[in-house]
Amino acid sequence: MGTMLNPTISVRTVPFYKTKSFERRLKNVIVYFLLIVLSLIFIFPFFWMVTSSLKANDQIFMWPPQWFPNPVVWQNYPEAFGNPYLPFLKFLQNTMTIEVGVMVGKLLSCVLVAYGFARLRAPGKDFIFGILLATFMLPGAVILIPKYILFNEFGWINTFLPLIVPSWLGESYAIFLMRQFFMSIPVEYEEAARMDGASTFQIIRHVIVPLSTPILAVIMVLTFKDVWNDFFGPLLYLNDASKYTLAIGLAYFNGQFVVQMNLLMAAATVMMLPLVIVFFFGQKAFVEGISLTGITGR
Amino acid sequence: MAEAALPKINKPRMTKKERNEALIFYICVAPWILGFLLFTAGPMIASLILSFTDWDILTPPTFIGIENFTRALDDPNFYQALKVTLTFSVIAVPLRILVALLLAMLLDSATRGVSYFRTAFYLPSIVSSVAAAVLFTWIFNPAYGPINGFLGLLGIQGPLWFEDPHFALWGLIIMSPWGVGGEMLIFLAGLKGIPKSLYEAAELDGAGRLPSFFNITIPMLSPALFFNLVMAIIGSFQSFDTAYVISSTRAGTAGDPLQSTLFFMIYLYKKAFGDLQMGYASALGWILFVIIMILTLLVVRSSSAWVYYETEGKK
Repeated sequence: MGTMLNPTISVRTVPFYKTKSFERRLKNVIVYFLLIVLSLIFIFPFFWMVTSSLKANDQIFMWPPQWFPNPVVWQNYPEAFGNPYLPFLKFLQNTMTIEVGVMVGKLLSCVLVAYGFARLRAPGKDFIFGILLATFMLPGAVILIPKYILFNEFGWINTFLPLIVPSWLGESYAIFLMRQFFMSIPVEYEEAARMDGASTFQIIRHVIVPLSTPILAVIMVLTFKDVWNDFFGPLLYLNDASKYTLAIGLAYFNGQFVVQMNLLMAAATVMMLPLVIVFFFGQKAFVEGISLTGITGR
Repeated sequence: MAEAALPKINKPRMTKKERNEALIFYICVAPWILGFLLFTAGPMIASLILSFTDWDILTPPTFIGIENFTRALDDPNFYQALKVTLTFSVIAVPLRILVALLLAMLLDSATRGVSYFRTAFYLPSIVSSVAAAVLFTWIFNPAYGPINGFLGLLGIQGPLWFEDPHFALWGLIIMSPWGVGGEMLIFLAGLKGIPKSLYEAAELDGAGRLPSFFNITIPMLSPALFFNLVMAIIGSFQSFDTAYVISSTRAGTAGDPLQSTLFFMIYLYKKAFGDLQMGYASALGWILFVIIMILTLLVVRSSSAWVYYETEGKK
């Protein structure tokens, strides 16, 4: 009893619920309660997907649900991917072909363009940069049909070219991000190289690029994600099942196997897995990339 | 007169070095300019011209004036597409912004385990829209899905969701905040940029938590809010993937049941690549473009009243 009579409390005239420390503790309790509940809600669909993918067909249609699959049916995975009508390995190969084509093209072209905007002076530069910023807000809907017709004229329908070639001519958002980063690199580095007689392109390659790995990593990771997830582009330009990407393949699979939810969930899990792995390795790039963009600070 | 003309005469011509630099600039940005002309400016002009024609790709286009636009005004499906897209945007955009802001503020106040919670909130936003659509069809399954199971525990008979015209769009609205990770990170970066001294000063002046929120947090965060709002509007008016995948499997055709998920982009896609009405679809594209531009301009115009840039204050 004696220990409870803390003299400091009895002296205070402020009731305990108005003290600073109590307020801070209460705030912490509320914050962590909400964080835990909300994070469980956000994670739950993943949990539901993975457990469903490991259940037998008769156990998936059951309520109340079996929270943890018993027995664990690993067989769902080979069954989903062994389907002869849905060559997922081929889809993966197609997706990776587009990934490589887009990433190489985008990095090469955007570095060049971004350097021009970041460092060089020329009449009309601000005007061109203004147009570049305006294209961020351009809805794709308005250019959809002529683009399709253009690629049709080129004979590119049902090839990967419509999905790859535009990225070799730069992409506004990546150019903007790189330009912001290049501008933060001190000019002195370049001046030293220029004194030694380096050309602009040598400077870009040997000075700018090595100093810009953080932003290049961000753009690579985000580009990988965008290409991996792209649905509309492949839906528009690829008609032949042998040309399908994973996203189109999964949508097709979804239409064919509506009743085999366990196989569908296995396919969806595999579709998400590479991105989750990329995310965990590139988490820094993902998260810090947003603050590098300078969107909020301007 | 003479004085006005003087600077013009004296204006130095570009030196050789400057001209050289300009030349290198144009070489550097040439790829983007080419891409812009070929894949953006050119197609925009082409689609404007096409919107005044009747064209099925197979036969040459015929000029029909503004008929495509007057036709849209008489097309009940056009109004349905507009209604679906507007309903979705009006509810989903504020919902996404609020959820993103709430998550960012919670993360900003947390001290331990921040990276776990941040990952949990961000991860869904990198997931492919097709995979998310497949997953949520199962989550919203009327008989065996966890949503209706949970509603059952509360004694509510859950709806058929994506198979019910009254609920299909609501299913899409409910799943929309799952992908707010990007917006959340932008808010979080904004919150981290607010100097703590501002709050301390407010506290010394006796300001409570709520006044601090409205007088410090919201103004300091307004550039992030502005960016997120503009991007969310542009994105939601062009919603396609999720609705397309879910409706074409759960309801038979894209935009169903009973056209309750007929988003503008789905209607445009069906008109262009299903019915091969390229002229009409181009007109639809331009109508959507104008609607989005007007809304964006309204936000931009209003922004001077509510977006606070720190540099303004310093001037």
